[in-house]
Amino acid sequence: MIARRLQYSVLYLVLTVLALVVLYPFLFTVFSSFMTEKEVSVYPPPIFPSRPYLGNFIEAIETVPVLRFILNSFIVSGAITICQLITSSLAAYAFAFLQFRGKSVLFMLFLSTMMIPWEVTIIPNYLTVKNWGWMDSYQGLIVPFMAGAFGVFLLRQFFLQLPHELIDAAKIDGCGHLRRFFTIIMPLARPGLSTLGVYVFLHQWNSYLWPLLITNRPTMRTVQIGVAMLQHEEVMSWNLILAGVTLVLLPSLLLIVFGVKQLVRGITAGAIKG
Amino acid sequence: MSAQVKTLKKKNNWQEHLLGYLFLAPALIVFTMFMFYPMLRSIYLSMTITDPRGRVAEFVGFENYIDLFSSGQFFTNLKATLLFILLTVPTCIVWSLFLAALTHNKLRGMKLFQFVFSLPIIVSVGTGSIIWLLLFHPTAGMLNYFLSLVNIPPVSWLSDPKWAMISVSMMTVWMNMGFVYIVLLSGLQGIPDEIYESAKIDGAGPARTFVRIVLPLLSPVIFFVLVVSIIGAFQAFGQIHILTRGGPVNATNVVVYQIYQDAFINFRFGIGSAQALVLFLIILALTVLQFTVLERKVHYQ
Repeated sequence: MIARRLQYSVLYLVLTVLALVVLYPFLFTVFSSFMTEKEVSVYPPPIFPSRPYLGNFIEAIETVPVLRFILNSFIVSGAITICQLITSSLAAYAFAFLQFRGKSVLFMLFLSTMMIPWEVTIIPNYLTVKNWGWMDSYQGLIVPFMAGAFGVFLLRQFFLQLPHELIDAAKIDGCGHLRRFFTIIMPLARPGLSTLGVYVFLHQWNSYLWPLLITNRPTMRTVQIGVAMLQHEEVMSWNLILAGVTLVLLPSLLLIVFGVKQLVRGITAGAIKG
Repeated sequence: MSAQVKTLKKKNNWQEHLLGYLFLAPALIVFTMFMFYPMLRSIYLSMTITDPRGRVAEFVGFENYIDLFSSGQFFTNLKATLLFILLTVPTCIVWSLFLAALTHNKLRGMKLFQFVFSLPIIVSVGTGSIIWLLLFHPTAGMLNYFLSLVNIPPVSWLSDPKWAMISVSMMTVWMNMGFVYIVLLSGLQGIPDEIYESAKIDGAGPARTFVRIVLPLLSPVIFFVLVVSIIGAFQAFGQIHILTRGGPVNATNVVVYQIYQDAFINFRFGIGSAQALVLFLIILALTVLQFTVLERKVHYQ
């Protein structure tokens, strides 16, 4: 018994140390963003702020268009998420329930897009968007990502797992495909749709290279680029930059607290079952 | 009567075909414009020399590829990429597996530890790199301060060629561990409790149980994480762009960063496309290899 209790205390001790190591970059970020400039300039800087100082957040919002960055990211990620949910569920319904010529070939074609990595398509896409005059525009940030094969497969798997009885009953009642899609499949597929929605939103919120390439004006920058560019402004003090980082981390944190487990489980289940 | 049914059926069939294409059309249009067409255009561009606006100036056949393989630059970049993969992928998987094994039990407070170890999933490459850029700062950074506490001289994390890749990898492992940890933990949670109990009854210790029984059962999940991580590591860009810009002296100049420099700094779209295609083939070959060789060792239930 004593041996076991000792074992547990060692386990807790080890876990606490490891947790502090993993947490440290977060603590550093959040605590520094509440420190005054004076506190940070002492070396070594104190670990805790002496009092919660909100000036950095106010200054970050006033001098850098952080709110504009956040708004841009919300518009872009939100629009892409909605578009992908629409295009993916339509395509997934077709692959799961409709019979049409060339279905298997088209399915392979969709599958193959997952094998094309961004580094192969990014140069031509950049040239296309530039030619169309879409640099520094929302459509340039949104349109190339309006569909994704990953979502099509995730939802197809999900649709196929739905109870057949309901769908058959609707069929017997003479309910056509369009009505079946809108009134039966979509409401039933809500968990699958929300998994995909969160995944797509986070992915786009975090995207870095594409917005870096096609936005130049500060008012069009997304959060990731905006925050990364703070480091070049010589006058910026650390705590101001870290206040910006804290603001940008907040939405992802909220999304994650509301159910990352389901998200990852949904994705890996799809990936492993293929 | 039967003729009527037949025509009705035919009409329905015809409608269903049309509906199928209509449902696929939106996704297919986007894929065609931003996936299939660019793929083909990349192949064409890789055989040309372009002006800075991307217009083809000259068709040169395989010259870009010959240049690529005859200059040492591409192999230097490839070596940096492989080093980056070696430093990040196994480290991240072993470290996350270790944490998942320690936190996979029903003791009090484990939920809290599980939350902490999954937390890095909220970090994006932009924010994560900025945080570590400040931690790595040579004179005022906290990492060197912690080293000074145990009397270790300061390290030039990002400006010493010997350290730069290690530093970038450290940050990458931290950033990616949230996802890997969550996937591995849910894999562990998927193993039925009876298996642990019967191993215990058979007198197997925890370490033995883990290596002989849990790891084989977990192998599909580990395999999934491995494939995804390697593909991701091949394409890592943001942390290098923010932390080192490929330097010092090319120490962190991975292939993807070189493509970025060639195509979007120097506007040499031809050579950039050639490198992208070679990288694509390498990733494709490696993925196929992993599926044919490694997957045989994976234990599916």
